[in-house]
Formats: sequence, C-alpha cells, structure tokens
Amino acid sequence: MNPSFPRLTGVELRKMVDTRAGFWLQLIVAVLTLAVVVLVCIFAPTDEIVFRDFFALAITPASILLPIVGILLVSSEWSQRTALITFTLVPQRMRVMGAKVAAGAAMALVVAALAFVVAVIANLAVGDEWTMGFAVFGQIIFLLLVSILGGIAFGAAFLSSAPAIVLSFALPLAWSALGIIPWLDGAAEWLDTTRTTAPFTEGVATATEWAQLGTSLALWLVLPLAIGLVRIARSEIRAS
Amino acid sequence: MIEASGLTKRLGGRTVVSDVSFRCEPGAVTGFLGPNGAGKTTTMRMIVGLSTPDAGSSTVLEHDYHVLENPGRRIGVLLDASAQHPGRRGREALAVSAQMMGVDPKRVDELLTLVGLDKSAARKRVRQYSLGMRQRLGLAHALLGDPEVLVLDEPANGLDPEGIRWMRRLLRDFADRGGTVFLSSHLLYEVEAIADRLVIIGDGRIVADGSREELLSGAGTLVRATDADALAAALRAADLDPKHVEDGAFVVDATTEAVGRAALDGGVVLVHLAPSEGAGLEQLFFELTESPA
Repeated sequence: MNPSFPRLTGVELRKMVDTRAGFWLQLIVAVLTLAVVVLVCIFAPTDEIVFRDFFALAITPASILLPIVGILLVSSEWSQRTALITFTLVPQRMRVMGAKVAAGAAMALVVAALAFVVAVIANLAVGDEWTMGFAVFGQIIFLLLVSILGGIAFGAAFLSSAPAIVLSFALPLAWSALGIIPWLDGAAEWLDTTRTTAPFTEGVATATEWAQLGTSLALWLVLPLAIGLVRIARSEIRAS
Repeated sequence: MIEASGLTKRLGGRTVVSDVSFRCEPGAVTGFLGPNGAGKTTTMRMIVGLSTPDAGSSTVLEHDYHVLENPGRRIGVLLDASAQHPGRRGREALAVSAQMMGVDPKRVDELLTLVGLDKSAARKRVRQYSLGMRQRLGLAHALLGDPEVLVLDEPANGLDPEGIRWMRRLLRDFADRGGTVFLSSHLLYEVEAIADRLVIIGDGRIVADGSREELLSGAGTLVRATDADALAAALRAADLDPKHVEDGAFVVDATTEAVGRAALDGGVVLVHLAPSEGAGLEQLFFELTESPA
C-alpha cells in the first residue's frame, strides 16, 4: 500500500515544525500574532476598533511570515538535499507536491484559528463592536491561504531558499517604487499583490477587485507554481 | 533482485553512463566498483527513480521502481549520508521517514540501537554529526522499512575501521538471510572484502562483471625478478605478453610453468612466481583510475 494522501500531508506538516528553523519560525508567528494585538490594545486608541480590525491585525504577522514557511517547505528539500530521501520513498513526485500544498493550507487554517482566538480575546477586553461579516472573514482567510501557497509556488519555481525568499520580499517593494511612475500605476492596480489584496480585509470585495486579485495571483502564484511543478517533475534529483 | 539493461545517461552533453547492464541476485552482495566520476552514483540514481535514463531501463524486484507500492518497505536506499536536514535531530530524521512509510515508530529506536547511535546521539541535531555518525544514521534509515533490497552508495565512507567491520557483518547477515545488497565503492580492497560479485565501471561503461573468485583468479601469473627489464624481454622472447603492475612485477596471461620456462631461457633470476590472485584486477582498476576521465 502506498502512503495515503492524508499521511503524506501529516508528514509535510511535521516537516514544517521539526527542524530548528521551522520551529522558531512558527513560534515567532505565534508570538508576533499575540504581541501585535496586545500592543494595539495597550497603546492605540481602541474606541474605533471593531472585531474585524482585530482579526485583520492578528493575521498580519502570519501573512508576512507564512510565505517563508511555504518557500522553505519546498526549497529546503533541495537546499538540504532531503529530496533524495523524499522522492525515493515516494517516487510519484506530484503526490508529494500535492501533500505540500495541502499541508500549507492546513497550516494557514491553524494560524487563522489562532489569530481568531487572539482577536476574540482582544475584542472582549477592549472593544465592543462585533462587526465582521462572513464575506470579509472568508476573504481574510483566503488571503492567508494565498500567501502560504504563493510561498510554495516561489519555492518550487526556484528550488533554492535564498533567491525565493529575497524575491518574495523584494517584489512588493519594487512594485511600490514602480507604482510612482504614472503609466505603470495602471498595471500595478492589476499586478501588485499588495494593492490587489488590500481591499479584501476592509469590506466585501467588488467584482473588479476580485478580477484584479485574480490577475495578480495568476502572475505571482499560478505561473511560478506551474513552472515549479514542471521543473520538479522533470528534474534530476542530485546527490550533490 | 536488481536488473539493469542498457542504462544510458547523458548529462551536460557528456555521456556519464553508457549502455550499463548487470544483475544483482538475492542472497549475495554485489559490489559496484569504479573510480570517482565513473558513473556509479548516476547509475544508482536511475535505479531508484531519481534520474530518468536516456536509454535502457532497470527493475528492482522485477518492477520499474516507480510502480512499486510503498518502495521504502521493500528497498532501502542510502545515496548520500549528508543529505539530511542539519537542523533536524537524528531520531526525528528517522521518525519522519517511518511515518511516511507507515513503519511502527518503535522501530526507530531499535534501529538507532542497532547502528550504535545512543540516546544522546539520537537527540543531537544532524548538523553536529560526524560523517561516520551520518553514515550510521543513513544505514539505519535504509534498514527502517525492513527491506528486501539495499542500495548503498559508498556506505563505508567516513566509518572508522571498527565501523567498517561492523557494517560488513551487517550486510553479510542481510545477504545470508536472502536479501539483495548492491553497494558501491571506489576502493578495491573495500569491495573485495565483502562482495560476492563485482561489477566494475570505468568512464561510464561496465569493464568487468563476475563473481569475486572469477575476477580474482582469472588473470594468470604474477611474476617478479631481480631485473625487471630483462624479465620483460625474456617473456616477450617467449611470445608472452607481460603487463606491468607495480615495482617491477608483471602479470602474464599464462601458466606459472610457461612463465618459469621463459625466465629460465632468458637467464633471469625470479624472486616471485605464483598465480596472480587479483593482481590482474588490481591492474585493471589502476588503469581505470589513472586514465583521464
């Protein structure tokens, strides 16, 4: 019997936290989620903050750090050469990649649950407006999923940790610089993920906003993932 | 059982492995011998499905590796002992693979004990492991799924003499219980000591393949004289073809008697005359090692 898909997904989740780097990364996500909300509770004027704002705030550290978790989940197999072991145990490479995507999604949901609990406690403590709405709640979780999957896509496209991480941070910076040029501003509205995702935490997104998000994700998630999967399916898994 | 037929691989415009065919039988240790860069690792990678051959094919336990169900339970593979995440603890590295294969987690501790990694070593991160410890961890990993076949690339690398002896005994037992062992090495004496069969590869091609006895005894007579040049001349005068081995010794494809007569006719004083017992193999191997790749 081949290892089942849930089993492989469980293994990939384990690999996210069982190395020194993975453990600290997850711990930092958890600590920052807590810290950012606590700091706002203490120091920011809270009278206008509603529950939705707390949730969006609690999710911010994760949306910045989960892409790195996603990148490392794929690229470390090459950087640390564990691909040699992984793909001899499971020669169907796309099953492994499927498990990595599923594990990434599961991790995003776990982090979202943590952020939700932190936001509930914060709102009980200092807020009183329970404004959220299912649509926005779903949108925020969707963004979190997209952020870790984007990391997986970058990791797969580069098969190397350093360039994938550097580029995933440099791109938004590059866009905000390029967006200053007037004729690029129009393109940025459709391609800069920082801008296309922004409306989704604030209210129910319009059709145009969904189209803009979809376009930017096609470029920064679907395309690198496709490139990466083709590379992984065809590549030689090297010993050195 | 492993069977390779016509395996060929080109990498970067160079043919790294060329028309390689051989069999590894159950109950025997097959040594895959060749100098560094001869194509041993590439051949092994093709056998376990990490590399796609440009021509030819291979089977393990009579199937293409890709169609084997849960191959970790049937074939133990160690291609590179350093290919472990340095930030993972030794025990965890085995536990992850055990979970992947569906092996009882208790087996992890059994194997750590078997390969001589104690509790404190198992708790350390792989980053802190010496090459010898990594090699032991790698062997434990290969044995984790209780396989029928072992594929090991340079398993003796980094082991101390005691470790090498221990590993030989382990692999001997594995083969004696009916398992198939396929191991590579770039050192002749290492393979000689353990392998029942030898497959020798040089520059991507199989240059010799047979049982150890065949390969070690097949090569004629080893002869040495006080005057090497005179000996060579005397042998050539008797229509024999001396191959120089080292420090004045020759291997001749003839009986000891024929070589003795040639020396007598040439008036050469012999200091050694005996069946070669592997000197031919050694010479073949030296030629492989010296010829530029």
